[in-house]
Amino acid sequence: MSEFRLPSLGADMDEGTLLQWLVQPGDTVHKGQVVAVVDTAKAAIDIEIWQDGTVQALQVQPGEKVPVGTVLATLLAPGEAAGAAPPIQAAQVAPVPPEMARAQAAASGAAGEAAPIPAQGPPPPPPPPPTSAAGPAPLPTLQAAVSGLRLRVSPAARRQAEALGLELQGVAGSGPGGAITLADVALAAASASASASPVRPAASAAAPVAGPTAGTPATDRQAEIRRAIASAMSRSKREIPHYYLLETIPMARAQQWLAEANAGRPITTRLLMAALQLKAVALALRRYPELNGFFIDGQFQPAPAAHIGVAISLRQGGLIAPALHNVDQLPLDALMPALADLVQRTRAGSLRRTEMVDASITVTNLGDQGVEAVLGVIHPPQVALVGFGRIAPRPWVDAAGGLCVMPTVTASLAADHRVSDGHRGGLFLAELHEQLQHPEEL
Amino acid sequence: MSADALNPLDPYTHGRDFCLARMRDMLRIRRFEERCAQLYGETKIRGFLHLYIGEEAVAAGVLPNLRTDDNVLATYREHGHALLRGLSMQSIMAEMYGKQEGCSRGRGGSMHLFDRANHFYGGNAIVAGGLPLAVGLALADQLGGRKDRVTVCFFGEGAVAEGAFHESMNLAALWKLPVLFVCENNLYAMGTALARSEAQIALTVKAAGYNMPSAQVNGMHVLAVHDVARQALDQVRAQQSPFFLELHTYRFRAHSMYDAELYRDKAEVERWKQHDPITTFAERLKAAQMMSDDDLKAIDRAAQDEVEAAVAFAEAGTWEPVEQLLRDVTTPAVPTVAAGSAS
Amino acid sequence: MKKTTYREALRAAHREALLTDPRVFIMGEDVGRYGGSYAVTMGLLAEFGEARVRDTPLSELGFVGAGVGAALGGMRPIVEIMTVNFSLLALDPIVNTAATLGHMSGGQFSVPLVVRMATGAGRQLAAQHSHSLENWYAHVPGIRVLAPATVADARGMLGPALADPDTVVIFEHAQLYNLEEDLPDDWHCDITHAAVRRAGTQLSLITYGGSLPKTMQAAEVLASEGIDVEVIDLRVLRPLDTATIAASVRKTHRAVVVDEGWKSGSLAAEVMARIMEECFYDLDAPVARVCSEEVPMPYAKHLEEAALPQVPKIVAAVKGVLNV
Repeated sequence: MSEFRLPSLGADMDEGTLLQWLVQPGDTVHKGQVVAVVDTAKAAIDIEIWQDGTVQALQVQPGEKVPVGTVLATLLAPGEAAGAAPPIQAAQVAPVPPEMARAQAAASGAAGEAAPIPAQGPPPPPPPPPTSAAGPAPLPTLQAAVSGLRLRVSPAARRQAEALGLELQGVAGSGPGGAITLADVALAAASASASASPVRPAASAAAPVAGPTAGTPATDRQAEIRRAIASAMSRSKREIPHYYLLETIPMARAQQWLAEANAGRPITTRLLMAALQLKAVALALRRYPELNGFFIDGQFQPAPAAHIGVAISLRQGGLIAPALHNVDQLPLDALMPALADLVQRTRAGSLRRTEMVDASITVTNLGDQGVEAVLGVIHPPQVALVGFGRIAPRPWVDAAGGLCVMPTVTASLAADHRVSDGHRGGLFLAELHEQLQHPEEL
Repeated sequence: MSADALNPLDPYTHGRDFCLARMRDMLRIRRFEERCAQLYGETKIRGFLHLYIGEEAVAAGVLPNLRTDDNVLATYREHGHALLRGLSMQSIMAEMYGKQEGCSRGRGGSMHLFDRANHFYGGNAIVAGGLPLAVGLALADQLGGRKDRVTVCFFGEGAVAEGAFHESMNLAALWKLPVLFVCENNLYAMGTALARSEAQIALTVKAAGYNMPSAQVNGMHVLAVHDVARQALDQVRAQQSPFFLELHTYRFRAHSMYDAELYRDKAEVERWKQHDPITTFAERLKAAQMMSDDDLKAIDRAAQDEVEAAVAFAEAGTWEPVEQLLRDVTTPAVPTVAAGSAS
Repeated sequence: MKKTTYREALRAAHREALLTDPRVFIMGEDVGRYGGSYAVTMGLLAEFGEARVRDTPLSELGFVGAGVGAALGGMRPIVEIMTVNFSLLALDPIVNTAATLGHMSGGQFSVPLVVRMATGAGRQLAAQHSHSLENWYAHVPGIRVLAPATVADARGMLGPALADPDTVVIFEHAQLYNLEEDLPDDWHCDITHAAVRRAGTQLSLITYGGSLPKTMQAAEVLASEGIDVEVIDLRVLRPLDTATIAASVRKTHRAVVVDEGWKSGSLAAEVMARIMEECFYDLDAPVARVCSEEVPMPYAKHLEEAALPQVPKIVAAVKGVLNV
């Protein structure tokens, strides 16, 4: 017994549809006889059989689409009786040659290895951060003050600066587009050695570590940050007509839920109240988009998503509010580690460019410092800032009108009156209040 | 029995050995091509496969007239020409499989069979691509003083539409080069019938346009082909000038592996099959009592055995190591042999 | 040392080849009775006869293919295609046969053919007679592509090209035929390496063929302004001598490529890619290029000049990279 398989009928044929059998079981067939018609992408083709014999059984029915090599029918050799054991058939499909298989395996293995170090010079600097999706023009000096990642530096100059341990931030660039060149690095290195201040590795090269930053920040770096903040805050108060609203929010349910959620969790996965607050803000913003976006060139542009700037104080002094992306879409179990990671990297000085520019609203939580409420300063070009004070037990009037003790927090909204009114701001705070009464839905 | 011993179409003009040799030639080609079709269906042979089934009398008639140091060029439908020019069936089959034991180290495949020792210059996937090469080879012989060599260039009638055909015919005639242009007119260039692509379908008229002598012959009759080819070659060799030979033939299968053959009538194919060069020659030889059924079976058996041995050789063949991918892109060694040496 | 023109140097090279190797013959349009469309082969017909200095009909496809066949048959043909513009008709035998035969036959054959053609623009010959398509040929594995840019190279390149067992395509910029320079006593040419025509320190100017004189002139202008540039003549367009290019750029840290082709898909693009691959961390500025404007060559003189690389554009490009 032998097998009649669907032949390949052309260089680009992988499968075919059987249209018609021209023989049936029991028919005698001769070598070269057309026994079936198969439809390919190009046309219906007559299929011939290459052996003499008798058709035993048809295995594929008209209308079926099968790959090349599929057994279409079985055949008895001339004189063979039905029921004879079929001879062992070698695989009909040509195997991948072993050398090719080895080469393929080697190639995919090699792809998994680390990229080789170039033959000359020190290891290359880390790759530049991915460019962000459409975002507003950032406040350049504030962001750049914290990270050196946006500098234009020639590869040769960057390599030279690393070798010298020279801080690229602040080096004047004389290359095209203000790029820092070898000559500029040489000049800066010469004047740095002439002056007293120490040099330290560029912030971008530092590996993130938990806890204190590696190395001591230069005095002029702190001053740089302070100057940048001063500039931003002055501009904010000059240009943005702030209005302020406060809301006292009962937190018993939130605290209760948090305690239950954290019971039985290892310390590393426990949620903090800050995460619930951020999520509640993000969900509330969905209904009040006029608080989430940018005021640029006299116009408000709503942000595409809730990228919340989380205000984080820097150990070396100063404040920065990098963006936590898409907070409204993150479940709390994802939000908490993202928040922790952001804080850690902020303090280590290794933020990504998108984190520097994408924040469309800022949330600042000074509860740990013990303040009652925050009346914050909006970070331009954002149009709102949400503040949280200390959660503490306070006198409360319950639903029945009786006096009790309730843990409460005062949430504040600072908003840009060019874009929103107190009415809407108030509704937002009410929504925030409501969200925090249903922590299980955050 | 007709006693016209000068009739070239009479088997007795050539003798039994010669006739059985031609039968053997044609059957070797036929069985090889049939096996290739089957192997292609089994995906052992890939890419394009252009079969010579039906046209065997052309190669079997022309090639025995050649000397060992004549040059031969052919098309992508060249398995039969390669076989009869002296390439071993094993090396051709291994080449079809892509194995490094193939005549082109597996680098060429069906359309690019080459053999230097037999002066077989391919195997060409460009229609009319071989014609300028033939002109150049003949020019080299002329400049090198090799006055008794001929360059034979096989091509299909589709090539006469290409500029390369006209330029080559003109150059060969202008420079009086010893080229035999052999046009295998099987009436279809892939799916295009001759009458649909040529304003002048009498192809020998085109040769006359270049002041080149020509002849036409029935390409299904191996003895007729042999005879006319012999005369043409003698003329080319003696006069050291070109000749255009048109053979009327027919391919029984599709242009390449499979096509629906929508461009021709099945009845036409069946009509031409009545002129199958092998079966008609067998009938002639039997009628002349030069060959018995057993003789034919033996020749056929031998051909099939040779084919199976070639398949086994190819199956057992090896793949060229990938590390050698870049070899033979450029020539590492010494220049080619100087003109005038026997090669 | 004696003053020789590029044309005279080529002619001397052809004559020497015909004298020393009986396998060599020249074939092309108007190479014989006309004396060569650029007068390169003037006088050779009278000396060597019409079998070896062979006029062809206007059949680029036919006679280039015949050149391939003759090389296969043991000759050493020099096929002259009048210009690169007409070579398009002969792309098939060059790309599909000359470049591939060795490989397709598993190493059985080689095609020791030399194809020469004039290239380039600058004489108001308009769109169909002004191409620089060296990059198309330099794209193809299996052939060697050369561009002699000096009188010495015009004299010295043909010998090694004929000795190469594979096909060599030589591009002669039409504006160079009248170039007159001192022919050094040793004009032997290395057809595997680029040539440093002018040593410098601040930037590598990389070019080939007809753009070399303009580039050298630009270097002089820059020198007078205190800018010291290195000039590299690629000379071998395939296979590119990446090592020489990289060594120069590692030294100077900056590069400008001058290429008369249109910039899209140009040879300049290939050189720039290789510099990026080999010398990225040595670069002090992005690599720049000066190419022809993306327009079919116009006839009017001022437009043609505006379309082509010129000395002021090269100077400006260098200064742009240095930001001075």
